[in-house]
Amino acid sequence: MPDIASASRPARGMASGALATLGRVLVLPVDVTMRLFDPPMRWMQRIIGARRMAYVFLLPNFIFFGLFVFLPIGIDIVFALTGGTALFPSQRPYVGGDQFAYLFDCGSYLDPATCREDRFWRGVANTARFIAFQVTAMVLFSLVTALVLNMKIRGRGFFRAVYFFPVLLSPVVVALIWKWILQRDGLLNAAITTLGGQKILFFVDPGWAMFWAVFVSVWAHMGFYTLILLAGLQAIPADLYEAAEMDATPRWRVLTRITLPLLWPNMIVVIVLALIKGAQTFDEVFVLTGGGPGTATLMIVQYIYETAFSGQVQNFGLAAAASVVLGAVLFVLTLLQFAAARRKEV
Amino acid sequence: MAELKLTGARKSFGTIDVLHDIDLAVKDGEFVVFVGPSGCGKSTLLRVIAGLENVTGGEVHIDGERVTHLPASERGLAMVFQSYALYPHMSVRKNMAFALENMGLKPAEIETRVARAAAVLRLTDYLDRKPKALSGGQRQRVAIGRAIVRDPKIFLFDEPLSNLDAELRVATRKELAALHAEIGGTMIYVTHDQVEAMTLADRIVVLNAGRIEQIGTPLELYNRPSNAFVAGFIGSPRMNLLPATVIADDGTLRLTLGGREVAWPRAASGLAAGTSVTLGIRPEHIDLAPGTGMLAATVDLVEHLGGETFIYASAPGLPQITLRQDGQSQFTRGDAVAIRFAPDHLHIFDATGAALARP
Amino acid sequence: MAALRLASLLGQRRNGHGRPLHWTDVAAYAYLAFGVVLMFGPVLWLVLSSFKTQSALLEFPPSLLPFAQVEVTVSGQQQKLPLFRATLPDGSVRELAQVRRIGLVAQMIDPADPSQQFRVAIDKRAPVRRVALATENYSEPLQRFAFLRFLFNSVFVTVVATLITLLINSMAAYALAVYAFPGKQAATLAVIGTLMIPMTIILVPVYLVVTELGLTNSLWAVILPGAATPTGVFLLRQYMLTLPKDLIEAARMDRASEWQIYWRIVMPLTLPALAVLAIFSIMWRWNEFLWPLAVLTKTEVYTLQIALNAFQGELQTQWHYLLAMTVVTLIPVALVFVFLQRFITTGIGSTGMK
Repeated sequence: MPDIASASRPARGMASGALATLGRVLVLPVDVTMRLFDPPMRWMQRIIGARRMAYVFLLPNFIFFGLFVFLPIGIDIVFALTGGTALFPSQRPYVGGDQFAYLFDCGSYLDPATCREDRFWRGVANTARFIAFQVTAMVLFSLVTALVLNMKIRGRGFFRAVYFFPVLLSPVVVALIWKWILQRDGLLNAAITTLGGQKILFFVDPGWAMFWAVFVSVWAHMGFYTLILLAGLQAIPADLYEAAEMDATPRWRVLTRITLPLLWPNMIVVIVLALIKGAQTFDEVFVLTGGGPGTATLMIVQYIYETAFSGQVQNFGLAAAASVVLGAVLFVLTLLQFAAARRKEV
Repeated sequence: MAELKLTGARKSFGTIDVLHDIDLAVKDGEFVVFVGPSGCGKSTLLRVIAGLENVTGGEVHIDGERVTHLPASERGLAMVFQSYALYPHMSVRKNMAFALENMGLKPAEIETRVARAAAVLRLTDYLDRKPKALSGGQRQRVAIGRAIVRDPKIFLFDEPLSNLDAELRVATRKELAALHAEIGGTMIYVTHDQVEAMTLADRIVVLNAGRIEQIGTPLELYNRPSNAFVAGFIGSPRMNLLPATVIADDGTLRLTLGGREVAWPRAASGLAAGTSVTLGIRPEHIDLAPGTGMLAATVDLVEHLGGETFIYASAPGLPQITLRQDGQSQFTRGDAVAIRFAPDHLHIFDATGAALARP
Repeated sequence: MAALRLASLLGQRRNGHGRPLHWTDVAAYAYLAFGVVLMFGPVLWLVLSSFKTQSALLEFPPSLLPFAQVEVTVSGQQQKLPLFRATLPDGSVRELAQVRRIGLVAQMIDPADPSQQFRVAIDKRAPVRRVALATENYSEPLQRFAFLRFLFNSVFVTVVATLITLLINSMAAYALAVYAFPGKQAATLAVIGTLMIPMTIILVPVYLVVTELGLTNSLWAVILPGAATPTGVFLLRQYMLTLPKDLIEAARMDRASEWQIYWRIVMPLTLPALAVLAIFSIMWRWNEFLWPLAVLTKTEVYTLQIALNAFQGELQTQWHYLLAMTVVTLIPVALVFVFLQRFITTGIGSTGMK
């Protein structure tokens, strides 16, 4: 497939050749170190037998899992069931479900202002609203982009890379790029005033702040989902389209009756994945708006972070309780994701 | 049903020429088979007719109407794909109804047509199944059904039997022949298997490297191949093609064959002495007798099939010769035999491969 | 060869449909062009802005390119003088150098004829500018803000974390791919279970674990918790499953130890998957934000991302430094993009479906 990128291949070939040599040089000390493990490993194998070496191989990874994933989840629950301000569980008094009771103490769940811990519920409301807009927008734009890229476009590889570029940027960079554009005297306001409008203070207005939080998030992550959907589109056999052509199918009908139905399993996976990531959104929004103005763009994860780490009082118990709630939601979503992925294979 | 006419059709992909100057006329209701080795361009030719590929040059006419630049969707043709290309998420019924919905037919009409086609193809019990719940043969029938319901001008088949196992292939071949007899449409069929070509076709188009080698009825191609390629391609086992040199051609054709001089009474064909030619003779037109005679040879291998026997013999200076004998043969490996060619069935091909006129 | 491809690129499209452009084709190209502007534009604007001087950044509306005012040497003057285009009372426009500005009036002289002095109202002059890059935006922070330290921290974390991840994930993947052992099902389930426990919900307890291990405010606090990744294990396991088993059997017959088989035979063969994992790991670690933010409180251990975030807090109005540092932070990513994007995009296309 002739494309623009391939024209630069000679130069890139040299670069990747250089990279390969560099790689080989770097591997050398690692190789030496690994080979040093030969004798002790052989000794161990002599003792426990070849088959049981599997446990030896699993061990390091599972030590990390145990220490940094499974143990923490247990501790999370312990934290959530205890009170006080100490970090160490032994120093914390058992309070049973008090943290959760506090968290869920609301006049009406739909109005954060009526809640004891209104910050948490504001976070929930914001995250819900954020997800609704962000996932919809992201899936829609990813779908359209994937459909466009699936057409016989020249330079498809180049355009695919274009949309994927922001995915590689760090959330801080992404947020700062847009923060700069959205400044009171920034590029966007310059465009608006040139067109005769008034400057808008985007970060002072709650509606605009949420809008841009969604926009920036979609901008930064769309490329990833586009790739997944594009792969799904390309998995549709070409001769189905030819058969549709022989069947004199108008273009829109090919889209609605053939392409989309066959893409639907991938779409479900993408939607659930986006929901899972969306529920955990923190990085870009935090740097972009800091959760503001006020608490207009405060997300659940930011609530957890601030409650535990940057508040006046570090309330580990409450943060842990909130984490458990979020964890439960994510658990359900992840199960959904597995179900969706399984359905796709069938 | 409709006629097809190709004039001077050419097709190139970039700098690669796949079809050279194809002239072809298919009559209404005819069953034409495109046959040839892999890469000869037969599938490309089919796709050009379908409109899935555009010609680089030349014209395509269907029923007198110029369709050369018309897209596939507007040509009114139906194609049965090699992989069947059934819509996997639709039931058999919906697969067959899909094109009719595109045509804007009323649901009642669609239902009738689908039911009729399903009856012809014995698919009525499977109408509500999805393709993945069907066997290969059933899927193939759905693919055909999808084509039938549209009542197209021409049916196009792209190697439809190649994904079936041998036994199913034979059965389906007979069904296809019966189908053509029943609905009588113009059918163009692509295959690499010359047996399918011989059994199904009204006329065969033999293609090689993007060119038409010969067009004719199966028996025409069999009995009167116009060149060595067609002679070797049609007929199984292959016609024996033996190199020879002309000694004289003056009422008796004298050739040097494998170092021996052989002669047959034959009207002159204007061959000059010393010309290199290829002698073609089909396995069933060769006689064997023990001892020596016209051409001495040794039996290498005998294949007993019961109803017929294939004997492979070598004569010095010649490639291995294949012979076919009816019934069961007495010869065994190592026998010295005399080979006799039936003079009425000799084919002479000149150095370019073209057949020289027979008397 | 390249010429042929170029010719076919400019010539007909592969199928040579030869029909005029459908409106959907036009719309598609328009959409893609818009995409290029939308995706690259903001980054381009960032880079351009980063080369503007602090005062230039305060202008509204902002100019497209970084400009600096032209300064000229005029005989009789010790310092270089800024050049303006002044509209004189008689209506003529001349390029004059400004000696000084007193209130609303500028004292200007003609550079060609320094003896001639002009008094020009400040609103009757416009600076003469040329494109100039304010590279001091880049050099100053490197001296003033220990930027190299942050860079080093990020590099250290990324490299070490990736190496550890590659090592322990491949070992685990090897175990799950090659061996049959009691508890294999449970182990696989455990790895899957890890997928359900993202960092965001175990922030607090991991902080406790890290504190218990005495790692607070060390880079290891950032490196270790995320080293064992479930996606990494599955990615490598998937790939290792496609390697021929006979190879391993043969090696065993040759009296190789299991460790040798792992390191000397299976690992070299798994390089493509390792490369993909390495790239994912590098991207992730370089960009990591939430966890380092939580666990690093001393400036000297800040990674680049955390430092950048802290900058925008402290240096509320010093955008010229902030922009420059942002550009520097994204350079490694840009390089990876240019050289390896095809690799990454195909990698995600095939594994992202999981």
